[in-house]
Amino acid sequence: MTDLTMVKAINEGLRRAMRDDDKVLVMGEDIGRLGGVFRVTDGLLDEFGAQRIVDTPLAESGIMGTAVGLAYRGYRPVVEIQFDGFVYPAFDQIVSNVAKLHYRSQGAVKMPITIRIPWAGGVGAAEHHSESPEAYFVHTSGLRVVAVSNPQDAYVVLRQAIACDDPVVFFEPKRLYHTKGAVNLDTDLADAAPMGLARIARPGTDVTLLTYGAQVATAMDAAIAAEDEGTSIEVIDLRSLSPVDYKTVTASVRKTGRVIVTHEAAREAGVGAELIASVTERCFNYLESAPVRVTGWDIPYPPAKLEKHHVPDLDRILDAVDRVLDRPNSLTGVEL
Amino acid sequence: MVYTLTPAADLHSDVEDVARLLTADGERITDHELDPWVTDVGPEQLRALYRDMVLLRRIDSEGMALQRQGQVGLWAPCQGQEATQIGSARALRTDDFAFPSYRETGVVYARGAEPEGFLRAWRGEAHSSYDPNELGTAIPQIIIAAQTLHAVGYAMGIQRDGTDQAVATWFGDGATSQGDLNEAMVFAASYNAPVVFVCTNNQWAISEPVGVQAKAPIAGRAPGYGIPSMRVDGNDVLAVTAAMRWALDHARTGKGPAFIEAVTYRMGPHTTSDDPTRYRGKDEVEYWRSRDPLARVEAYLRAQDEFGDAFAAQVAKDADDLGAAVRAACLQMTTAPAISILDNVYAEPHTGLEEEKAWFGAYLDGFEEAAL
Ligand SMILES: Cc1ncc(C[n+]2csc(CCOP(=O)(O)OP(=O)(O)O)c2C)c(N)n1
Repeated sequence: MTDLTMVKAINEGLRRAMRDDDKVLVMGEDIGRLGGVFRVTDGLLDEFGAQRIVDTPLAESGIMGTAVGLAYRGYRPVVEIQFDGFVYPAFDQIVSNVAKLHYRSQGAVKMPITIRIPWAGGVGAAEHHSESPEAYFVHTSGLRVVAVSNPQDAYVVLRQAIACDDPVVFFEPKRLYHTKGAVNLDTDLADAAPMGLARIARPGTDVTLLTYGAQVATAMDAAIAAEDEGTSIEVIDLRSLSPVDYKTVTASVRKTGRVIVTHEAAREAGVGAELIASVTERCFNYLESAPVRVTGWDIPYPPAKLEKHHVPDLDRILDAVDRVLDRPNSLTGVEL
Repeated sequence: MVYTLTPAADLHSDVEDVARLLTADGERITDHELDPWVTDVGPEQLRALYRDMVLLRRIDSEGMALQRQGQVGLWAPCQGQEATQIGSARALRTDDFAFPSYRETGVVYARGAEPEGFLRAWRGEAHSSYDPNELGTAIPQIIIAAQTLHAVGYAMGIQRDGTDQAVATWFGDGATSQGDLNEAMVFAASYNAPVVFVCTNNQWAISEPVGVQAKAPIAGRAPGYGIPSMRVDGNDVLAVTAAMRWALDHARTGKGPAFIEAVTYRMGPHTTSDDPTRYRGKDEVEYWRSRDPLARVEAYLRAQDEFGDAFAAQVAKDADDLGAAVRAACLQMTTAPAISILDNVYAEPHTGLEEEKAWFGAYLDGFEEAAL
């Protein structure tokens, strides 16, 4: 075990994946000499050379479309999108080709592309640098979507994503990039939990709190605070948003009878909506109260000075805990 | 740099500023840039190209007829574009890779598709009609210009593998307005990728004339990216062959990408759903009919006494046989079972989809039991 930041854990994940398989190559803007704007690819150019650490022209559709061609040729491209808000120019290539080519070709063409996206807010960034576009990708069949919340998962899940024969959208929470955690660099991928599996981040008995990415840390803080008030919250770090590990999720909801989802993406048609619909379908008779979402507002991401009002914090989660437990709270009496 | 063109006043009517080797009347003329690339193409090879074009025209007319009979859902005809498709695709080596759009039936034919390989997707039985790895040909692309990036990426893979293969990609004049083609040309030029861009300028993007996409000849754009280009008569199979050989040689020998604009015409509708009489006149169509790509080869060969009755009869028979095979393949196609629509979404197991498949399977089984 070594203590590493998430940036360093991902860097090691890339390095080892490239050492293991010479078909793996990394492409993106500024990922070579500079090591990426977050330094995630630091040092890789020196070890693997420009044929495998490919500094690209400034063109996201171009990066994604050429990755498709490289995959046609048998390569396993890992694409870095510089920031969440810049994935949109590549959206057509992702949904029309990356996601669909295996299906369109009746399985003849594999698209083992990993799309790394530094993601979401809370870091005081400029406009277009704090977005949470995960729902667009979850809604696209043919993609797998994962979101990591700690350095160990970042290291392991990234390597699993690269080894996977399907395209994987890999969300890296910027807000946790520099948080350190224990990483076992010798983790045997064969022994690690499979990529689609959720993780019970904290066991509990009264409420199931579903979340992913940087919100896991906030959810944990909320669970600790709730414990002081005598409420036991089970926090589930979903890790995978497509597929969702409903086995773990429903087992928890059947135990607690109450469910809250928190994410910082906007609410409307978001991942939380999908999770609650699915949980309700599967566990309706076990539910003691209506499920509640604690999400970002339905707004474009706000300016940095105001973002703290958008990203759900501990208090908003605790407010939801009161609601699912039918306790009087700030929203009691508000017709939703 | 090979680069044939002068600015045109009206792109739509100014179609004569092209490099060519066979005039519309079948007269062999010289072009210093093109000639060296086809010194070996004698009557026998020209007859083979002619036969290819006749067979392609037959596949195309069968496709149209089968759509009218309700046997295929949609067809994108390529009549008039045979010389562009055959001349360019036949210049490829088997181990090269092709990235066509939906209209390049001739490329798919030249790459060796079986009769059902032209129809399965248009009939709606599957999204693709053939295995791309077997034909060295990507499944046709409907998203305009997206395949041009795939071609460049594939070419970047070739560079990493260190082989002398090349890639070609086809797209229309409308596609030249898309950002993806711009990005493809930037990537290709930056990395010196072994890729040939073939723009089939058939004058129309559905109902939009080429003048809406471009104010100067399209081949003129490539040099701006550092990519040499040629504007050729797309109805002259010999000229297209020569241009494509030049371009492929350029790519194969490490000189990087090349660009060809083949100036041609789509004689039929955009697809079987289109009504071209709403946007273009009879005169225009007749003008282009007089420049038919097959007729000029026949005229040239006849003048050389190289187009005998036996050859004509043989080609006609081959076309009839292929036409019959295409029809039969279409009528004999079977539709995959309902549950198969959930196959191949992922290469590896995906629990969400597996659950849906289990549900749908149980639902379907219920019907079978009821029927017993
Ligand atoms: C991105 C995209 N936009 C629109 C369409 C609908 N569409 C299909 S073909 C076509 C015209 C294409 O013209 P061109 O590129 O000249 O090719 P051609 O059909 O003439 O061979 C359009 C607009 C599409 N397939 N893809």
